[in-house]
Amino acid sequence: MSNSPKLNPLYRLQFEKAQNCYVLLYPEGMVKLSDSASEVLTLVDGSTSDGDIVKALQQKFPDAADLIEADVKEFLVDALEKGWIKYDR
Amino acid sequence: MIDENKDNLSGEANSTKHDVGPPLWLLAELTYECPLHCPYCSNPMNMEGKELEIDTQKWLEVLSQAREMGAVQLGFSGGEPLLRKDLEVLVKHAKELGFYTNLITSGIGLTERRIANLKEAGLDHIQLSFQAANAEANDLIGNKRHSFEQKRKVAKLVKQYDYPMVLNFCITAQNIEQIDDVMDLSTELNADFVELATVQYYGWAYENRDHLLPTNSQLVLAEEYVNKFRDQQNGQGPKFIFVTPDYYETRPKACMNGWGSTFLTVTPDGTCLPCHSAKILPLEFPNVKDKSIHDIWHKDFSFNHFRGYDWMPSPCRDCDEKEKDFGGCRCQAFMLTGDMHKTDPVCDKSPDHHLITDVINKAGEEPSVALKYRVLTKDKINIKELNE
Repeated sequence: MSNSPKLNPLYRLQFEKAQNCYVLLYPEGMVKLSDSASEVLTLVDGSTSDGDIVKALQQKFPDAADLIEADVKEFLVDALEKGWIKYDR
Repeated sequence: MIDENKDNLSGEANSTKHDVGPPLWLLAELTYECPLHCPYCSNPMNMEGKELEIDTQKWLEVLSQAREMGAVQLGFSGGEPLLRKDLEVLVKHAKELGFYTNLITSGIGLTERRIANLKEAGLDHIQLSFQAANAEANDLIGNKRHSFEQKRKVAKLVKQYDYPMVLNFCITAQNIEQIDDVMDLSTELNADFVELATVQYYGWAYENRDHLLPTNSQLVLAEEYVNKFRDQQNGQGPKFIFVTPDYYETRPKACMNGWGSTFLTVTPDGTCLPCHSAKILPLEFPNVKDKSIHDIWHKDFSFNHFRGYDWMPSPCRDCDEKEKDFGGCRCQAFMLTGDMHKTDPVCDKSPDHHLITDVINKAGEEPSVALKYRVLTKDKINIKELNE
């Protein structure tokens, strides 16, 4: 099993100017994403591993580096459960 | 379905007229023409045909204006939207604007060539309706022969062309006892989501309510079957969404997420409505032929009329749940009490709640009037002429 998450093809991630945030669009629905959720999901591309996502965000937010690993892992578990992301087997 | 990711605190408030967010959801009812005649249709009882429809150019402008304001979900609906030959042109434009595009269809007339063209135009998702889980019942409810067979073929094509597929079953007394078969069919067809939508009583469904309203015990049993089926799924197969009818609730639904807060419907002739059944209300609604979407959404009397809480009567006015349900549905209040300003009678705090309980107490009894199949007004007249 790959440890690089990819976006479930049922969902589309896009920035919405009018709402000034990223949203996940799916059949007849929309999830407005928080800033931290957007930071993670914009790095989800099917080839970047969980670990590399953590590293990238630690570099981007050095002040919060200690907290990022747990936060990202928790978010990815949650996102997998919600069906937003998938891991190829 | 609009969810807020939980740590987002900047959600749109629906609370005041001065703080109106964009119409996030645009429902484009392209035509009232439809090959099916389902008696549960939510379209109005009086529907004009092709002759009054707005043209391609006007629709393109509507899409551009709404997107500019922040609309992001777009439903192509009707009637049967496939009957508009410019559907592919509209989808292509919508895609370029950044909409998430949904086709809400009966599937009748969706050939492989069209499904491929729509894919190329950028259509994101297809929602396909079924009337029942077998040919006999399905074709009888839609009053169209061989429609079940066509729908099955379309479902295969939808998956073959890699669209997300939502199946929609309108659940009524006519098919609620076959809900197990409905779930088996949905699994076989490999749907992503399945709406088991017990019908809400608007338009034709309201006229045919005595034929369609399930009994409480039918509902309880159906929900048990759905829960049992879900338990056996082990996270595999379609996700089933069971929508209970508000007649059996004691609090009203937060209709359209609040009047003029999220939803904008444009009807085939260009009339703009805060929800698809609002045309029945004694309000004058604006038309895209006369005004911009921006002015309609922000300035029109009808759109502002039920925004906020100032319009509310008692018991809503002093109710601590008013921010949750916005007093319920204006159309339902109007249909049942004759006054669109009243509390939705579904609420058991409403002095009119007996109007609901009287109806559900009679559910399952033999209806006193014949079932009416959905037809356009011009066809109604033809039928009448034939009878005379």
